[in-house]
Amino acid sequence: MITKLKHVSVFVLNQDSACDFYVNKLGFKIHTDAPMGPGQRWLTVSPPEQPYLEIVLMSIKEGMMFKKEAAMQMREMVKNGTFGFGVFECNDLLATYEELKAKGVVFIKEPTKEFYAFEALFKDDSGNWFSLTQKESS
Amino acid sequence: MVFQEVKAKLLDNVKFMDKEPYSNVYLYRRIVQAKLFIDKNFADHLDLDNIAGEAFFSKYHFLRLFKKIYHKTPYQYLTAVRIEKAMELLGNNKSVTEVCFLVGFESISSFSGLFKRLVGTSPSAYLLQQQQIKAQVLKTPLRFVPNCFAENYGWKQKSNFEEVPE
Repeated sequence: MITKLKHVSVFVLNQDSACDFYVNKLGFKIHTDAPMGPGQRWLTVSPPEQPYLEIVLMSIKEGMMFKKEAAMQMREMVKNGTFGFGVFECNDLLATYEELKAKGVVFIKEPTKEFYAFEALFKDDSGNWFSLTQKESS
Repeated sequence: MVFQEVKAKLLDNVKFMDKEPYSNVYLYRRIVQAKLFIDKNFADHLDLDNIAGEAFFSKYHFLRLFKKIYHKTPYQYLTAVRIEKAMELLGNNKSVTEVCFLVGFESISSFSGLFKRLVGTSPSAYLLQQQQIKAQVLKTPLRFVPNCFAENYGWKQKSNFEEVPE
Protein backbone atom coordinates (compact mmCIF):
# COMPACT_ATOMS: atom_id res chain seq x y z
CA MET A 1 0.00 0.00 0.00
CA ILE A 2 1.42 3.34 -1.04
CA THR A 3 1.12 5.86 1.76
CA LYS A 4 2.67 9.12 0.57
CA LEU A 5 4.60 11.15 -1.96
CA LYS A 6 8.13 11.65 -0.67
CA HIS A 7 10.15 13.07 -3.56
CA VAL A 8 9.07 14.75 -6.76
CA SER A 9 11.40 16.12 -9.42
CA VAL A 10 11.31 19.46 -11.13
CA PHE A 11 13.76 19.88 -14.00
CA VAL A 12 15.57 23.20 -13.82
CA LEU A 13 18.03 25.01 -16.06
CA ASN A 14 20.32 26.20 -13.26
CA GLN A 15 20.39 24.87 -9.71
CA ASP A 16 21.80 28.03 -8.09
CA SER A 17 19.17 30.24 -9.63
CA ALA A 18 16.42 27.69 -8.92
CA CYS A 19 17.53 27.49 -5.30
CA ASP A 20 17.28 31.27 -4.99
CA PHE A 21 13.84 31.23 -6.61
CA TYR A 22 12.33 28.43 -4.53
CA VAL A 23 13.87 29.60 -1.23
CA ASN A 24 13.93 33.39 -1.42
CA LYS A 25 10.88 33.99 -3.59
CA LEU A 26 8.53 31.09 -2.88
CA GLY A 27 9.68 30.77 0.74
CA PHE A 28 10.54 27.05 0.67
CA LYS A 29 13.25 25.55 2.86
CA ILE A 30 16.32 23.68 1.71
CA HIS A 31 15.85 20.06 2.80
CA THR A 32 19.09 18.52 1.53
CA ASP A 33 22.00 20.01 -0.32
CA ALA A 34 24.61 17.32 -0.91
CA PRO A 35 27.63 17.73 -3.17
CA MET A 36 27.80 15.09 -5.92
CA GLY A 37 31.03 15.97 -7.61
CA PRO A 38 32.00 18.88 -9.80
CA GLY A 39 29.02 21.00 -10.82
CA GLN A 40 26.48 18.59 -9.40
CA ARG A 41 24.33 18.77 -6.30
CA TRP A 42 21.53 16.73 -4.87
CA LEU A 43 19.32 19.68 -4.01
CA THR A 44 15.85 19.34 -2.53
CA VAL A 45 13.45 21.92 -1.07
CA SER A 46 10.25 21.59 0.94
CA PRO A 47 7.17 23.82 1.21
CA PRO A 48 6.78 25.37 4.71
CA GLU A 49 3.96 23.09 5.83
CA GLN A 50 5.31 19.91 4.22
CA PRO A 51 8.79 19.48 5.70
CA TYR A 52 8.96 15.82 4.62
CA LEU A 53 8.03 16.33 0.97
CA GLU A 54 11.20 16.87 -1.03
CA ILE A 55 10.98 18.72 -4.32
CA VAL A 56 14.13 17.69 -6.15
CA LEU A 57 15.59 20.51 -8.21
CA MET A 58 17.17 18.43 -10.97
CA SER A 59 19.59 20.07 -13.32
CA ILE A 60 19.28 19.05 -16.96
CA LYS A 61 22.78 18.04 -17.85
CA GLU A 62 24.27 15.69 -20.33
CA GLY A 63 25.22 12.49 -18.55
CA MET A 64 23.77 9.14 -17.60
CA MET A 65 20.22 10.46 -17.43
CA PHE A 66 20.20 12.59 -20.58
CA LYS A 67 22.06 12.00 -23.80
CA LYS A 68 23.43 15.21 -25.31
CA GLU A 69 20.56 15.64 -27.78
CA ALA A 70 17.93 14.85 -25.15
CA ALA A 71 19.41 17.33 -22.69
CA MET A 72 19.27 20.06 -25.32
CA GLN A 73 15.67 19.26 -26.23
CA MET A 74 14.66 19.08 -22.60
CA ARG A 75 16.19 22.47 -21.84
CA GLU A 76 14.32 24.02 -24.75
CA MET A 77 11.03 22.50 -23.66
CA VAL A 78 11.44 23.66 -20.07
CA LYS A 79 12.40 27.15 -21.23
CA ASN A 80 9.35 27.34 -23.47
CA GLY A 81 6.99 26.52 -20.62
CA THR A 82 5.99 23.05 -21.77
CA PHE A 83 5.72 21.56 -18.30
CA GLY A 84 3.25 22.27 -15.56
CA PHE A 85 4.60 20.49 -12.51
CA GLY A 86 1.87 20.85 -9.95
CA VAL A 87 -0.55 22.85 -7.86
CA PHE A 88 0.55 24.76 -4.78
CA GLU A 89 -1.86 25.90 -2.12
CA CYS A 90 -1.92 29.05 -0.01
CA ASN A 91 -4.24 30.41 2.66
CA ASP A 92 -4.90 33.68 0.89
CA LEU A 93 -4.38 33.90 -2.85
CA LEU A 94 -4.58 37.70 -3.24
CA ALA A 95 -2.00 38.30 -0.52
CA THR A 96 0.31 35.59 -1.86
CA TYR A 97 -0.11 36.90 -5.40
CA GLU A 98 0.77 40.46 -4.33
CA GLU A 99 3.78 39.24 -2.37
CA LEU A 100 5.18 37.02 -5.13
CA LYS A 101 4.59 39.75 -7.70
CA ALA A 102 6.46 42.21 -5.48
CA LYS A 103 9.34 39.72 -5.44
CA GLY A 104 9.40 39.57 -9.23
CA VAL A 105 7.63 36.25 -9.83
CA VAL A 106 6.04 36.13 -13.30
CA PHE A 107 2.34 35.28 -13.38
CA ILE A 108 0.76 33.93 -16.55
CA LYS A 109 -2.73 34.12 -15.07
CA GLU A 110 -3.97 36.57 -12.46
CA PRO A 111 -6.10 35.34 -9.55
CA THR A 112 -9.33 34.14 -11.12
CA LYS A 113 -12.41 32.51 -9.66
CA GLU A 114 -12.76 29.20 -11.51
CA PHE A 115 -15.44 26.64 -10.86
CA TYR A 116 -12.84 24.38 -9.24
CA ALA A 117 -10.86 26.94 -7.25
CA PHE A 118 -9.64 30.52 -6.86
CA GLU A 119 -6.53 30.17 -8.94
CA ALA A 120 -3.50 31.91 -10.44
CA LEU A 121 -0.64 30.53 -12.58
CA PHE A 122 3.01 31.45 -12.26
CA LYS A 123 6.34 30.37 -13.74
CA ASP A 124 9.53 29.44 -11.95
CA ASP A 125 12.86 30.89 -13.05
CA SER A 126 13.38 28.06 -15.57
CA GLY A 127 9.98 28.29 -17.26
CA ASN A 128 8.09 25.52 -15.46
CA TRP A 129 4.60 26.65 -14.56
CA PHE A 130 2.57 25.98 -11.45
CA SER A 131 -0.98 26.56 -10.42
CA LEU A 132 -1.52 28.36 -7.13
CA THR A 133 -4.88 27.94 -5.46
CA GLN A 134 -6.47 29.22 -2.30
CA LYS A 135 -7.30 26.76 0.46
CA GLU A 136 -11.01 26.04 0.34
CA SER A 137 -11.97 26.81 3.90
CA SER A 138 -10.39 30.25 4.11
CA MET B 1 -35.78 60.73 -9.53
CA VAL B 2 -32.15 61.44 -10.28
CA PHE B 3 -31.35 60.89 -6.65
CA GLN B 4 -33.03 57.49 -6.77
CA GLU B 5 -30.96 56.51 -9.77
CA VAL B 6 -27.71 57.58 -8.14
CA LYS B 7 -28.63 55.74 -5.00
CA ALA B 8 -29.44 52.58 -6.94
CA LYS B 9 -26.16 52.83 -8.78
CA LEU B 10 -24.21 53.29 -5.56
CA LEU B 11 -25.94 50.30 -4.02
CA ASP B 12 -25.05 48.28 -7.09
CA ASN B 13 -21.43 49.29 -6.68
CA VAL B 14 -21.45 48.25 -3.06
CA LYS B 15 -22.86 44.84 -4.00
CA PHE B 16 -20.25 44.53 -6.73
CA MET B 17 -17.45 45.34 -4.31
CA ASP B 18 -18.64 42.71 -1.91
CA LYS B 19 -18.32 40.06 -4.55
CA GLU B 20 -15.30 41.34 -6.38
CA PRO B 21 -12.02 40.29 -4.76
CA TYR B 22 -10.12 43.09 -6.49
CA SER B 23 -11.98 45.74 -4.54
CA ASN B 24 -9.64 44.73 -1.73
CA VAL B 25 -6.49 45.07 -3.76
CA TYR B 26 -5.41 48.33 -2.12
CA LEU B 27 -5.85 46.92 1.38
CA TYR B 28 -4.11 43.71 0.40
CA ARG B 29 -1.14 45.61 -0.95
CA ARG B 30 -0.82 47.54 2.32
CA ILE B 31 -0.90 44.36 4.38
CA VAL B 32 1.54 42.56 2.09
CA GLN B 33 3.88 45.59 2.22
CA ALA B 34 3.76 45.48 6.01
CA LYS B 35 4.57 41.77 5.96
CA LEU B 36 7.47 42.32 3.56
CA PHE B 37 8.65 45.19 5.77
CA ILE B 38 8.86 42.78 8.71
CA ASP B 39 10.60 40.16 6.52
CA LYS B 40 13.24 42.73 5.62
CA ASN B 41 13.72 44.59 8.89
CA PHE B 42 13.13 41.84 11.46
CA ALA B 43 16.59 42.35 12.97
CA ASP B 44 15.97 46.01 13.81
CA HIS B 45 14.13 47.33 16.79
CA LEU B 46 10.70 47.48 15.18
CA ASP B 47 7.91 49.54 16.58
CA LEU B 48 4.94 47.67 15.21
CA ASP B 49 2.53 50.18 16.71
CA ASN B 50 3.39 52.43 13.82
CA ILE B 51 3.23 49.82 11.14
CA ALA B 52 -0.33 50.76 10.22
CA GLY B 53 0.54 54.43 10.67
CA GLU B 54 0.52 55.76 7.15
CA ALA B 55 -2.33 53.56 6.00
CA PHE B 56 -5.65 55.20 5.31
CA PHE B 57 -7.46 52.76 7.49
CA SER B 58 -7.61 52.24 11.19
CA LYS B 59 -5.10 50.31 13.22
CA TYR B 60 -7.85 48.01 14.37
CA HIS B 61 -8.88 47.20 10.83
CA PHE B 62 -5.27 46.72 9.83
CA LEU B 63 -4.58 44.26 12.64
CA ARG B 64 -7.75 42.35 11.91
CA LEU B 65 -6.87 41.96 8.23
CA PHE B 66 -3.25 41.07 8.95
CA LYS B 67 -4.39 38.35 11.29
CA LYS B 68 -6.96 37.08 8.83
CA ILE B 69 -4.34 36.73 6.10
CA TYR B 70 -1.34 35.46 8.07
CA HIS B 71 -3.11 33.85 11.05
CA LYS B 72 -0.83 35.83 13.37
CA THR B 73 -0.70 39.37 14.71
CA PRO B 74 2.17 41.47 13.27
CA TYR B 75 4.04 41.00 16.55
CA GLN B 76 3.57 37.22 16.55
CA TYR B 77 4.62 37.18 12.92
CA LEU B 78 7.79 39.17 13.70
CA THR B 79 8.70 36.66 16.41
CA ALA B 80 8.10 33.76 14.04
CA VAL B 81 10.34 35.35 11.38
CA ARG B 82 13.10 35.92 13.94
CA ILE B 83 12.98 32.32 15.11
CA GLU B 84 12.93 30.98 11.54
CA LYS B 85 15.93 33.12 10.68
CA ALA B 86 17.65 31.93 13.84
CA MET B 87 17.13 28.31 12.76
CA GLU B 88 18.66 29.11 9.40
CA LEU B 89 21.69 30.83 10.94
CA LEU B 90 22.24 28.04 13.48
CA GLY B 91 22.09 25.66 10.51
CA ASN B 92 24.95 27.68 9.03
CA ASN B 93 27.05 27.07 12.11
CA LYS B 94 26.73 30.46 13.82
CA SER B 95 26.97 30.55 17.62
CA VAL B 96 23.87 30.92 19.78
CA THR B 97 24.98 34.30 21.13
CA GLU B 98 25.73 35.65 17.69
CA VAL B 99 22.41 34.42 16.30
CA CYS B 100 20.44 35.89 19.20
CA PHE B 101 21.59 39.43 18.43
CA LEU B 102 21.66 38.97 14.65
CA VAL B 103 17.94 38.24 14.55
CA GLY B 104 17.01 41.16 16.81
CA PHE B 105 16.64 39.76 20.31
CA GLU B 106 18.05 41.76 23.17
CA SER B 107 18.73 39.01 25.66
CA ILE B 108 19.91 35.42 25.35
CA SER B 109 17.45 34.18 27.93
CA SER B 110 14.39 35.56 26.14
CA PHE B 111 15.75 34.26 22.83
CA SER B 112 16.44 30.78 24.20
CA GLY B 113 13.09 30.61 25.96
CA LEU B 114 11.11 31.62 22.88
CA PHE B 115 13.16 29.35 20.63
CA LYS B 116 12.56 26.36 22.86
CA ARG B 117 8.84 27.09 23.09
CA LEU B 118 8.39 27.43 19.31
CA VAL B 119 10.90 24.89 17.98
CA GLY B 120 10.85 22.31 20.76
CA THR B 121 14.60 22.20 21.40
CA SER B 122 17.01 24.74 22.82
CA PRO B 123 19.11 26.77 20.34
CA SER B 124 22.32 25.01 21.43
CA ALA B 125 20.78 21.54 20.97
CA TYR B 126 19.45 22.61 17.57
CA LEU B 127 22.90 23.89 16.56
CA LEU B 128 24.50 20.58 17.51
CA GLN B 129 21.85 18.59 15.66
CA GLN B 130 22.34 20.65 12.49
CA GLN B 131 26.13 20.27 12.68
CA GLN B 132 25.71 16.50 12.88
CA ILE B 133 23.35 16.38 9.90
CA LYS B 134 25.72 18.54 7.84
CA ALA B 135 28.70 16.36 8.68
CA GLN B 136 26.69 13.27 7.72
CA VAL B 137 25.64 14.77 4.36
CA LEU B 138 29.27 15.50 3.53
CA LYS B 139 30.50 12.12 4.69
CA THR B 140 27.90 9.90 3.04
CA PRO B 141 25.92 12.03 0.58
CA LEU B 142 24.32 8.99 -1.07
CA ARG B 143 22.44 8.20 2.13
CA PHE B 144 20.30 11.22 1.30
CA VAL B 145 19.60 10.34 -2.32
CA PRO B 146 17.02 7.71 -3.30
CA ASN B 147 18.76 4.79 -4.97
CA CYS B 148 17.02 5.13 -8.34
CA PHE B 149 18.21 8.72 -8.83
CA ALA B 150 21.75 7.91 -7.80
CA GLU B 151 21.81 5.01 -10.25
CA ASN B 152 20.44 7.07 -13.13
CA TYR B 153 23.02 9.74 -12.56
CA GLY B 154 25.84 7.25 -12.35
CA TRP B 155 26.68 8.35 -8.82
CA LYS B 156 26.66 4.82 -7.49
CA GLN B 157 29.40 3.47 -9.72
CA LYS B 158 32.11 5.62 -8.26
CA SER B 159 32.67 6.14 -4.62
CA ASN B 160 34.86 9.11 -5.39
CA PHE B 161 32.57 11.76 -6.88
CA GLU B 162 35.45 13.75 -8.26
CA GLU B 163 35.70 11.16 -11.00
CA VAL B 164 32.13 11.43 -12.21
CA PRO B 165 32.25 13.12 -15.62
CA GLU B 166 30.04 16.17 -16.08
